[in-house]
Amino acid sequence: MNFDFSDDQKQLRDQARKFLAEKCSPKAVRVVLDGKAPYDKELWKGLAEMGFLGVAIPEDFGGAGAGHLELCVIAEEMGRANAPVPFSSTVYLAAEALLIAGSDAQKKKWLPTIAAGEAIGTLALFEGKGNPSPKNVKLTAANGVLNGVKKPVADGAIADFAVVAARTGSSGRENDISLFLVDLKAGGVEIKSLTNLDPTRGQAELTFKDCKAEPLGAAGDGWSILTQVLDRAAVLCAFEQVGGSDRALEMGRDYALDRIAFGRQIGSFQAVKHMLADMYVSATLARSNSYYGAWALSTNAAELPEAAAAARISATQAFQHCAKNNIQVHGGMGFTWEFDCHMYYRRANAMALGLGSLSYWEDQLIDRMRKKNAA
Amino acid sequence: MNFDDTPQEAAFRDTARKWIEANAPKELHAELSKSSLGRIRLAKHDIVDVGKAWQKKKFEGNWACLHWPREYGGRGASPIERVIWQQEEGVYGKLTQPFQIGEGMCGPTVMAFGSEDAKRRYLPKLASGEEIWCQLFSEPSAGSDVAGLRTRAEKKGDNWIVNGQKIWTSGAHYSDYGLLIARTDPNVPKHKGLTMFFLDMKSPGVEVRPIKQANGMQEFNEVYFTDVVIPDSQRLGAVGEGWSVSLTTLMNERMSIGARLATGVPEMFEFCFNLMLEDGLAIDDPAVRSKLASWAAKSSGLKYTSMRAISALSKGERPGPENSIGKLVSGMMLQDIATYAMDLQGAAGVLTGTDEETVQGQFQQMLLSSPSMRIAGGTDEILRNIIAERVLGLPGDIRVDKDVPYNKIPTKGR
Repeated sequence: MNFDFSDDQKQLRDQARKFLAEKCSPKAVRVVLDGKAPYDKELWKGLAEMGFLGVAIPEDFGGAGAGHLELCVIAEEMGRANAPVPFSSTVYLAAEALLIAGSDAQKKKWLPTIAAGEAIGTLALFEGKGNPSPKNVKLTAANGVLNGVKKPVADGAIADFAVVAARTGSSGRENDISLFLVDLKAGGVEIKSLTNLDPTRGQAELTFKDCKAEPLGAAGDGWSILTQVLDRAAVLCAFEQVGGSDRALEMGRDYALDRIAFGRQIGSFQAVKHMLADMYVSATLARSNSYYGAWALSTNAAELPEAAAAARISATQAFQHCAKNNIQVHGGMGFTWEFDCHMYYRRANAMALGLGSLSYWEDQLIDRMRKKNAA
Repeated sequence: MNFDDTPQEAAFRDTARKWIEANAPKELHAELSKSSLGRIRLAKHDIVDVGKAWQKKKFEGNWACLHWPREYGGRGASPIERVIWQQEEGVYGKLTQPFQIGEGMCGPTVMAFGSEDAKRRYLPKLASGEEIWCQLFSEPSAGSDVAGLRTRAEKKGDNWIVNGQKIWTSGAHYSDYGLLIARTDPNVPKHKGLTMFFLDMKSPGVEVRPIKQANGMQEFNEVYFTDVVIPDSQRLGAVGEGWSVSLTTLMNERMSIGARLATGVPEMFEFCFNLMLEDGLAIDDPAVRSKLASWAAKSSGLKYTSMRAISALSKGERPGPENSIGKLVSGMMLQDIATYAMDLQGAAGVLTGTDEETVQGQFQQMLLSSPSMRIAGGTDEILRNIIAERVLGLPGDIRVDKDVPYNKIPTKGR
C-alpha cells in the first residue's frame, strides 16, 4: 500500500512552499486585502513561470502534463500562503470544465493561455442565495446569446472568460441546463465588483445582456459536467483548506509558546493545549480525507463523488475550526487588523461557501453513500 | 498513490488468506460478525475456550504473535505483514481478545527486560494461548497519574513481598500471569521509586474480585495483594526503573496500528435507513443527514488516517503521530451517536429491552458503555495532552509533585 504522495510530489510541495514563502508573504497578501490591487499580478506571473498554473494541463495544451496529485500538493501550499490570486477559479473550475467538456478548439484556445498566466477564468453558476441546483439556474440561453444575472462570481471582475451555467429547457430535469463559454472581454456583460468577507479574493456580479456565447459540451449535459467539475474542485479546494488549517494551527501553536501570562507560557495551560490538540485532530481528519479525494481524483475512480464530499466536509470544518480557534488562542491581539489571524478566518469562512455550503455537501455525501448502499 | 499491495505483500496476503480459509472456525463466523462495539456474544461458547483453540491453531501454523521473533513463538514478521494478517483474520480477530494484552503489552515488556530463561519459558506459551497474561498498573488512587500508585513491594531475602490493590484489570480472573508495577521506595519522588515484576496470578494472597460497572456489566476486576511473594528473578528491569519499563509497555499499546475502533457510524447508518419518523425515513430528514454526514466524514477521516500509517509501515518507515487521534475521535463520536439515536426514538428511547423493534437496545447499551471508551487506555484529556506535548511541542504541565518524595505528597484534596 502506498497511500501517500511520491517523493517527487513532496519535492514539488517543498518547492511551492519555498516559492510562496518568498513571493506571497502576509505583507504581499495585505496589498490585496487593503484594496490596493484586485489580485497579486506579480505572483500570478510567477506561478505561471513555475509551471504551477498548468501543472495538470496536458502538454498538448501548453501545460506541464503532470497530473492532479501534483496539483493537490500545490493547492495545499496556496491555501497555506492564503494566496491572493484567482487560482481556484481559473485552475480548479474553468480549466477543469474545459478538460472535461471542451472541444479541441476550445481547449487549444484557453488552456495554453491559462498555463501561461495570460487568461483568468471562472465559473458563473450562482444566482443570488442558494446552493448548486438546476432549479436555481434562471439565466437563459437561446439563439447563441445569454440573458440573466450571475452572482456571486468568484474573481468575476478580473476574469477573461467564464464558464456559464444556463437554462436551455424547462422540463424540470437536470438536462435543462447547458454550459457556455463566454469571452468576458468581448462585450455583452456588465461586471460589477461586490464587497465580500474575504477581500483577498474578489467576488462580482455579472449581468449578461444578449451576450454571445459558445456551448461547452453537449446541450443538456450542463449539470452532469458541473457535478464533475464541482467534485474535482471540492478535492482541490480541500487541499487549500488543509494548507490553511495547518498554517492557522501553527500560528496558534507559535503564539502559545511565545506569549507569557500568569508567569508562564500560555501553551502550558491545558485549556489552551487542548484547544490546539483539537485543532490538530480536525486538521488530521481533513488531510486524510483529502488524500482519499486525491487518490479518487487522480485515478478517476468511481468513488470520487463520495470521496470529494467527505473531503469537502472535513476540510471545511477543519479550516473553520482552526481559523476560529487561532484567534481565540491569540486573545485580543487576534482580533486586531494588524495580526494575520483574521485573514485565515475570512478565507476559511469564504471558502466554506464557494462551491456550495457545508449543509449542501453534507446532503450530497448522504445521497452518494445511499446510492452506493443501494448498489 | 495507490492502495495496492507490493508483490511481496500480495504473496503474504495470499498465504495468510489460504491458511485462514482452511483453518478458521467458520461455525463462529456469523455470531462474530454480529458482535459489534467490542462486545462478543457467543451463544454456546466461552470466548476464552474458543479463543484458546484459535490461538493454539495459529501458533501451530506459525501465525501467532507474528511480529515476535521465531525463537519466542512468533513469525518474525514485519509490521506491514502484521497489519495484513489482521485484515485477513477479519472477524476471527475478535477471538484474540483474551490475548491482546499479553501479546501487545506484557510480552514485549518481558522480551525487552526479561532474562533469556524467562523469555524462553514464558513467551511461547503466551503466544500459543496456553497461558494468559494481564496487566496490573492502574490503582484506585492512580488512574491518569499512574506513577502515583501505592501498591508496595518490599524486599525480603531473595523475594519481594507485595501488598496493595490494583483496579481495571481486564481478564484477571482467567489470567495465569500478570505484569505488575509496584512502589519499592516511597522516600524518593514518585517516578523514581517504582519497579516492574511479573507474577503467577495463582500465588497465595492474590484475590480477584469483579467490578460491577456503571453499565451493569462485569468486564474488569479489582486485584488485591496480601503478602504476596514474588521471587526477585521475576523482576523486569532494575529496582527503581519501573517507570521507564512501563513506558515500553505503554508505547506498545499505542503502536496497535490498523486496529479499527468502534465509532457507531455503521450502526447509525443502518438505523437511519430503517427508522420511520413522522415525515418519512430518518435518512431523508435534513437534520439527521447533516449529523450523519459529519460523523461519516470523521469516520472516513479515521480510516484513511490509519491507511496513511499502514503506508508508512509498508515503506519501512515509522508512522507519524497522526494515529494518536483515533481513540479520542471515536470515543466521543460513539457517545454522541448513541445520544442522538435515542433522541430519534423519542420517549421510547428510554427503553433498553432487546425486543424493542429493530434496534434491540444497542444504542442504549452504547450510551451506557461509551464513557469507558473516553477513559480506558488514556482519558480524552490525557490524549489531548499527549498530542499537545509530543506532536505540537507545547510545554508539559507544571508538576508540583515532581521533586517531592512520594511519601510527602498530599493524598487528599480537603
